[in-house]
Amino acid sequence: MKTRYLPLIATIIVFVSLYLWGALQFDNFFSMRVFTNLFTDNAFLVITAIGMTFVILSGGIDLSVGSMIACVGVSVAVLIEHYQFHPILAFTIVLISAWMFGTFMGILIERYKLPPFIVTLAGMFFLRGLSFVISIESIPITHPFYDEIADFSIPVIGGGNLTASTVIMLIVLIIAVFLAHYTRFGRNVYAVGGNESSARLLGVPVSRTIINTYAFNSFLAALSGIVFSFYTFSGYSLAAMGLELDAIASVVIGGTLLTGGVGFVVGTVFGVLIQGVIQTIISFDGTLNSWWTKIFIGLLLFVFIAMQRLISSGHILVYFKNMKGRVIGDTKADTTRY
Amino acid sequence: MEPKSILKVSQLNKSFPGVKALSQVQLELREGEIMALLGGNGAGKSTLIKCITGVYTSDGGSISLSGQSIRGLSAEEIILKGISTVHQEVNLIPTLSVAENIYLGRQPYRFGLIDWAKMNTNAEELLSSMKVFIDVTATLNDYSIAVQQMIAIARGVDMSAKVLILDEPTASLDNKEVEQLFTLMRELKSRGIGIVFVTHFLDQVYDVCDQITVLRNGQFVASSSVDELPQIELINLMLGKQISNKNSSGKSRHTTDSNSKPFLSASNIGRKGMINPCDVNIYSGQTLGLGGLLGSGRTELAKLLFGIVKPEQGTIQIEGEVKAFGSPHDAIQEGLAFCPEDRKVEGIIGELSVLENMVLALQAKQGWFRMIGPKEQKEIGKKFVRSLNIVTSDINKPVKELSGGNQQKVILARWLASGPSLLILDEPTRGIDVGAKSEILQIIDGLCKQGMALMVISSELDEIVEFSDRVSVLKDHNMIAELTGKDISTQKLMETIAHEGRD
Repeated sequence: MKTRYLPLIATIIVFVSLYLWGALQFDNFFSMRVFTNLFTDNAFLVITAIGMTFVILSGGIDLSVGSMIACVGVSVAVLIEHYQFHPILAFTIVLISAWMFGTFMGILIERYKLPPFIVTLAGMFFLRGLSFVISIESIPITHPFYDEIADFSIPVIGGGNLTASTVIMLIVLIIAVFLAHYTRFGRNVYAVGGNESSARLLGVPVSRTIINTYAFNSFLAALSGIVFSFYTFSGYSLAAMGLELDAIASVVIGGTLLTGGVGFVVGTVFGVLIQGVIQTIISFDGTLNSWWTKIFIGLLLFVFIAMQRLISSGHILVYFKNMKGRVIGDTKADTTRY
Repeated sequence: MEPKSILKVSQLNKSFPGVKALSQVQLELREGEIMALLGGNGAGKSTLIKCITGVYTSDGGSISLSGQSIRGLSAEEIILKGISTVHQEVNLIPTLSVAENIYLGRQPYRFGLIDWAKMNTNAEELLSSMKVFIDVTATLNDYSIAVQQMIAIARGVDMSAKVLILDEPTASLDNKEVEQLFTLMRELKSRGIGIVFVTHFLDQVYDVCDQITVLRNGQFVASSSVDELPQIELINLMLGKQISNKNSSGKSRHTTDSNSKPFLSASNIGRKGMINPCDVNIYSGQTLGLGGLLGSGRTELAKLLFGIVKPEQGTIQIEGEVKAFGSPHDAIQEGLAFCPEDRKVEGIIGELSVLENMVLALQAKQGWFRMIGPKEQKEIGKKFVRSLNIVTSDINKPVKELSGGNQQKVILARWLASGPSLLILDEPTRGIDVGAKSEILQIIDGLCKQGMALMVISSELDEIVEFSDRVSVLKDHNMIAELTGKDISTQKLMETIAHEGRD
């Protein structure tokens, strides 16, 4: 048992308990349908939160993803409805543009040593403004391709359905897990977030890693914007307001350290699902205001950050000390902590 | 057959704007040899290492590895050529596992993905071949600094190192950890790897090294085998002094009255990795000199007394009453004051004016809600500018515009303004010119006469001899002797440092 799995395990426990609690409270809660809907409703948030996980693992932050989702939605709608582009072509254009936009932010952050908070804040205003310039009105998308996507569904035993959004999300998740844990790029992201100057001395291509991380995140935010448009059948410049904060909250609740270097992509998924389950519980209840979700998320965030503090300061380690394997001579691991 | 030379440095020069950091430095390291690189502060050890490892490009001379010139190559290229460096602060990623740290950037791949199982087995084999048995999947941070250093060495060795440079690896290790590190070094030596070992602990040099190279003020002083260089001569070389029988007596010494009570008395005070338990007594109206080489634990002792770092054991008594200092603030309340060694980092606030810097400690002592009025401030400023002879056109000038010696006096004024009963000075004359130096020494003497208790840390043995009433000698984190009265002489000090404390 490694201490680095503790936050992940805690997140999963919270998710499972919430789900079980819901199942005990309400009939029909414990059904495949409710479960798969959880994915459908939150697919876009999972996708962008996965991108955010990489950025936070690298020790940065990206505030532009909510605006990116709105801007992508509006752009895709305009390209399809006003310019008669095929959706696939429109998607390709926005994904490539988003990649370039992320690269540009990454270059500003890495080359000119600007704080990520400020650079991506500027990115957030820029993209939100751009969405309004493109269109103030909400643009409905009526292309038949969208109907096909809406009709697409893989039935799951128990009455559940995997929608196109869910499938895309699962593919992104699998790729991201491999990228994070089984490629040099992924490990370099962890290394840079763990200690940037040491990473440089160990020969990690720090600049390239940071720039690619932001590019990858913007790409996933754009993909999330596309998935969001499947969900809403429109592009609207006021969409996804403050979504970047939901994404950051999911990452932190998922057990990723805000200072970087520690965390799991899978944890983020559970971070999003916890928010989804709370929302589902509230809608099942029917009497509670949906803003209770935010209050609960606020409390959870506080608890998780406090827990991370305890873990990283070594207080919790005391209980796991004796589980370490053989150590040279009798020098115990953890006896010297600086 | 003579072992082959692997690393050869000759006629090396390096200048920075206004300073000649290295001139005509030479060094030769042979296969399977451990070479101690020694010298005081500013001797040029770290500059030399940075030139060898490609962090700096030297201005002239040659550096060759196995006969091949490596001067002018970048740091990455030099690592690939086979020179690895392990610093005192471990440059690894604390949040990754041990195995990952060893193989970061060169992880084994299988089917396009990192092969974790292979990486972990390789890491375990590598470490166990070096007699280090640990769980390689554990996070690096879970291990002590000593183990982390061995992991850093393992990484270096695995990247086909021919030469390993260890830059003060033992500075924060305890005895047992040092012994483990030495075992590892001997193992690597038997594999034919050449090791450059930088340390301030002379006993360690005699324990593990074969050769010694001494630098002083950026110049090559001597290179010799360990057997041919006794400690006392080595200290001579490092300090650049010949032992003379001159017994300088700059001061009429006070002999300690056995009945008088010390102002501060610390007993059995110590902390792992800083200083081993020792006793300190400081009397009012006297100066206690702390002698010893750099890294012997002098500053660490001062930090324990002043509450900057909490001692793990021992007690401190102020005028017979037991006190526990949780922070420097507590110590200041009890009448202590501390003038740190590195005034740029720990003392002076360059942007603030001379006056503001002076009243800082007094203000802190009074509490932030009892503002010192502008008139009162001005009086304090004037008084100290006059009494300490601080050369400044205006007391409202930013302090960074003053010369080093005058900055030092401003810090001194800061603590004097707070009216301390005990003043601790860490290297009060470091980096200032001769004139300012003697002035500061006079000030110290004057303070003593006024009944203040002083503890002064200095690397300059002459200085210690000049102003101390008693001298405590530190070596390798131990207090090894206390000299009083007639025993206080440069010669006696040197002999003490050279001979005491060996096992």
